[in-house]
Amino acid sequence: MNRHNPEISKGIDWMLVAMYMALCLIGLLCIFSVEYRVGDNVLQNFLGFKKEYSKQLFFFGISLVVAIFILLTDSKFFTATANLSYMFGVGLILATFVVGKEVAGSKSWIPLGVMNIQPVELCKIFTSLALAKYLSSPNLDFQKPKSQLIAAAIAFTPALLSVAQKEPGAAIVYFSFALAFFREGLPAQYIVAVLSLVILIIASIIIRSDILFMILTVAAVLIIYFIKQRKKRAGKAIMMVIAIWLLSVGVQKFLVPALFEKVLQPHQVVRIFASFGIDDYQFKDSARAVAIQKEYNKLGSSKKGDPGKGESYNVKQSKIAIGSGGFLGKGFLKGTQTGGDFVPAQNTDFIFSSVGENFGFWGSTLLMLLYFGMMLRIVFIAERQRSVFSRVYAYCVAGILFVHVVLNIYMTLGLAPSPGITLPFLSYGGSSLLTFTILLFILIKLDADRQMVLR
Amino acid sequence: MSVFNQSRSRIVRVVFVLAFLVILARLFYLQILSSKYDKLARSNAILEKPAYPPRGLVFDKHQQVIVNNTLAYDLMVTPALTKGIDTFYFCKLMDIDTAEYNQRILTSIIKAGRQVPSVFEASLNPQKYARIQENLWRFQNSFYIQERPVRTYPIVAGANIFGYTAEVDSNYLKRHVDEGYLSGEYAGMTGLEASYEKVLKGQKGMQVLLRDKDNRIQGPYKNGERDAPAVAGSNLYTSLDIKLQQYGEKLMQNKVGSIVAIDPKTGGIIAMVSSPTYDPGYLTGPDRSKHIRELLYNDPRLPLFNRAVAATYSPGSTFKTLQALVGLHDGVITTRTTFSCSGAFYGCGSGKPMKCLDPGTFYLKTAITMSCNTYFANVMQRVINNPRYPNIDSSLRVWDKYMYAFGLGHKLGVDIPSERSGNIPTPEYFNNPKRYGVGHWNFCTFRSVSIGQGEVLVTPLQVANEMAYIANKGWYYIPHIVDSIEGGDTYGLLDKYKTRQIAMEIPDSIFEAVHDGMQGVMESGTGRGSKVPGITICGKTGTVENNAVIKGQLVKQPNHSFFAAFAPRENPKIAIMCVVENSGRFGGTYAAPIVSLMIEKYINDTIAANRKGVETNMMNTNLIPPLMKQKMNSRDSLKKIKESTQPASTSLTLSLDDIFGNETKSITLSSGQQKSKQPIQKRVPAKPLLIMLLPEEKNYFTLVKNTAK
Repeated sequence: MNRHNPEISKGIDWMLVAMYMALCLIGLLCIFSVEYRVGDNVLQNFLGFKKEYSKQLFFFGISLVVAIFILLTDSKFFTATANLSYMFGVGLILATFVVGKEVAGSKSWIPLGVMNIQPVELCKIFTSLALAKYLSSPNLDFQKPKSQLIAAAIAFTPALLSVAQKEPGAAIVYFSFALAFFREGLPAQYIVAVLSLVILIIASIIIRSDILFMILTVAAVLIIYFIKQRKKRAGKAIMMVIAIWLLSVGVQKFLVPALFEKVLQPHQVVRIFASFGIDDYQFKDSARAVAIQKEYNKLGSSKKGDPGKGESYNVKQSKIAIGSGGFLGKGFLKGTQTGGDFVPAQNTDFIFSSVGENFGFWGSTLLMLLYFGMMLRIVFIAERQRSVFSRVYAYCVAGILFVHVVLNIYMTLGLAPSPGITLPFLSYGGSSLLTFTILLFILIKLDADRQMVLR
Repeated sequence: MSVFNQSRSRIVRVVFVLAFLVILARLFYLQILSSKYDKLARSNAILEKPAYPPRGLVFDKHQQVIVNNTLAYDLMVTPALTKGIDTFYFCKLMDIDTAEYNQRILTSIIKAGRQVPSVFEASLNPQKYARIQENLWRFQNSFYIQERPVRTYPIVAGANIFGYTAEVDSNYLKRHVDEGYLSGEYAGMTGLEASYEKVLKGQKGMQVLLRDKDNRIQGPYKNGERDAPAVAGSNLYTSLDIKLQQYGEKLMQNKVGSIVAIDPKTGGIIAMVSSPTYDPGYLTGPDRSKHIRELLYNDPRLPLFNRAVAATYSPGSTFKTLQALVGLHDGVITTRTTFSCSGAFYGCGSGKPMKCLDPGTFYLKTAITMSCNTYFANVMQRVINNPRYPNIDSSLRVWDKYMYAFGLGHKLGVDIPSERSGNIPTPEYFNNPKRYGVGHWNFCTFRSVSIGQGEVLVTPLQVANEMAYIANKGWYYIPHIVDSIEGGDTYGLLDKYKTRQIAMEIPDSIFEAVHDGMQGVMESGTGRGSKVPGITICGKTGTVENNAVIKGQLVKQPNHSFFAAFAPRENPKIAIMCVVENSGRFGGTYAAPIVSLMIEKYINDTIAANRKGVETNMMNTNLIPPLMKQKMNSRDSLKKIKESTQPASTSLTLSLDDIFGNETKSITLSSGQQKSKQPIQKRVPAKPLLIMLLPEEKNYFTLVKNTAK
């Protein structure tokens, strides 16, 4: 429809673009504040590409060029190439097993001259497109288990591959597609079941095994009692409750202990325990207990960097930096923690701590409003789409953003274990910035063409 | 289908908002409710580095600097950051072994904690400083060098006056809780450094610095707005004549004793020699503690013991001048009263009489001039047995009041710590059942007090002060070293030195009579060998008998030589006393020539050609008391034996133990009970303490009634 209209700006959601620009600029300022030291020759550093802020500016430039190209592309191109690009993406991930470059312990990067590309990161775009393509196919009945399974397969194949590459953080992001599934009609029971499982696992970590067992049993008995009160013949329902009770107790008594005793690596155990504040877990296997204790000792003495094991230290320093910001913050470039390099990986995963320190509560809140405003805007945009493809894609974008922002911020605030997830648009790194730019601008382009029905 | 699920978009939005609210709540908690993160951030990134001010300087009366500052370099360590340094290489640089290294690191941790820098080695010597400075980059974060001002002494003299500064220990910190001292800092421990610590130390400054995670300094915090500059300590202007002090120390070399010279008009101390002395710089360098140990424990002459204010002696015949004043003022004698001496004082009938060397008939002037014992025994007998007073208690109390007015029997309050009060026997003192008990004493019991022996004890400072009192005809200022403090005396430290002490109005004529006698001493009496042409000196000799307790026995020791004087008689400029311990001769033999030389030097600034002989004679005479000589010899020979059989480092301590082990057994002085409050004891371990107290304590037990000249 808009084919003959040469004006690319027509239909573009400027609000989203403005939010994008704002976030990217905040990101640049943050990286600058992390790296800047009194007496630096800023101009020289910018021109010399010696500092990460100058590199990030360069990536930002590239991202803008790519964004314009996307806006110039026909929307139909995305629907047409969705499956193809997905295959390309999975192929790239597979290729990393061969030509991959090892960065920070995981072989998931492909070196491309100016920057390294992480295919798992890039693959989020392709997966979103492929999912949109699949879920928008005309004869799809999403209530059928078969289509649910296919959708899950599309969503989780890259995730499984990235787990194989020892990059579990990136894999977690792929759970964000559940949001799109949910919107497209995935039965709520699934979500409830998964959420219940998560809550049960957390509960069995936090609450003592025997007490939790009692709580579960009492709850089951009460529910059965109430069901009996209401219906005379409710054998089926009672059987269900008993089954659920058995399952819960199984998870609580056997699965979770097995996870900690056998399955998880000692450092992962420590990380999880640290984020829940547990330090009195009794291990049955004494060799295991010794290994875990060793890991704790490492944390205690890993003050001098080494992000591989010192995550708890990172989080502690990040909390100190944010907490010391107070209401107004210390002012741009005036943060002592940011300036003194106290927060490891502050350019990338922990970039939010520089906002928290320099701009305080009001600045952090403003940034969060920007992020969640953007997400809500995307949901709003999703709902105004005529084509299912665009809507599903928009929900995918919203989901990815949500998982990234929430996990990253929760990690920097010490609310969740740190899986190593970047903060979209702010974290230093060409791969991340480019991925989110493409992700967002495809949405903007699709939205600009929202009058079209895409398949 | 999609329309069917539209309600779910609302659920998604609700989930988003909830997640946002959780973040908001957490931010609110971290940034606004909780205050601990601010403190943690501070301790992370802010280094409060104290800036130490230079201590105040000390000037003598001619505005010459006598205590100055220079820089010392301390090697500081932060134990938490020493992991992974090349310990072996470091130990090689420092010239220590690994065990010593570990020991010192452990000490630092105990003293200040792992994260706080503390002193690894204080006052590096120049060679070590150069070696470390050159290689410091290898140990960048764990070690650094801190500059600290230390004392220097342009003129090597007055160690006993100035005292020394030392690192404060936990005891010191306990005693000075709210004065802002931190472990590792320095404070004055003795002498002027201690008395004027408040003004000398100045005000510690603070540099607030930013550091990064590796402890590297980033620059001032907030552009230095929280920095406080160090304020230098105030200078002290003293009444000391450092040249005279130096001269006095030279005269007293190879002797044990002291000289105190006071300007009678102001109470300002001109010179205060305690011999043997030491180079004050000896206690500032890197081996300070070793040197202190050496001076404290290893020298039987006790150089760190400030004899001028803390040694107490029986005053001997110098005491007679005061008895003359009492007798005249109390009306028991006149200048014309005469007493005859047939060879001894028989006023107490049987018992050991007090001899006098020159039999004959004396009136007051000649009694002073010839130092007649019988005369003054009679004078005091008349005072004590004066029928005007109802009983002996009250008459002794009258006598005590005089002594107190003359500045005896109590601490004068000089601005040098560790001053002693001496002893003037009171009725309570004699009534003590452990002494004589009520009713068991009369004048004859303590008749030797009348000639300055027995229970009376004075410090050299008190004797010099009584000369100032006599010179001024009835008043004195409390003797003091410091005249004024730069920038004003904010703590009122000098207030008591500004008021004239007149406890008793005594007419000038009485003093004139005593002056006459004292002038006679120099012209025709016991001090006639020490005349100074052109200067009218009034003086009084003293020859003090004394005993030491050795293996539980009182053993008579060679006499102390005393001399006290003031000059010139009209318009007195100097009141002075000298004691030469155990010289074995009369006051006129050693103390008088030394005093006369001091007076001549002070008033004429040079020694007349015909007196050069006396000068060299005095400087070259060796009068180390035989008891001390004996100890020094045994120490030296023991040392030699040990050195020949054992490595040098251990031999020193071993031989020390041996020596003092023997001595403490042999000298079982139970003198602790009276003097236990002296600050000097606190710095000294219990064992050698007894020995420290020996020289001035021995008279305390001397109850021998005998002649004195």
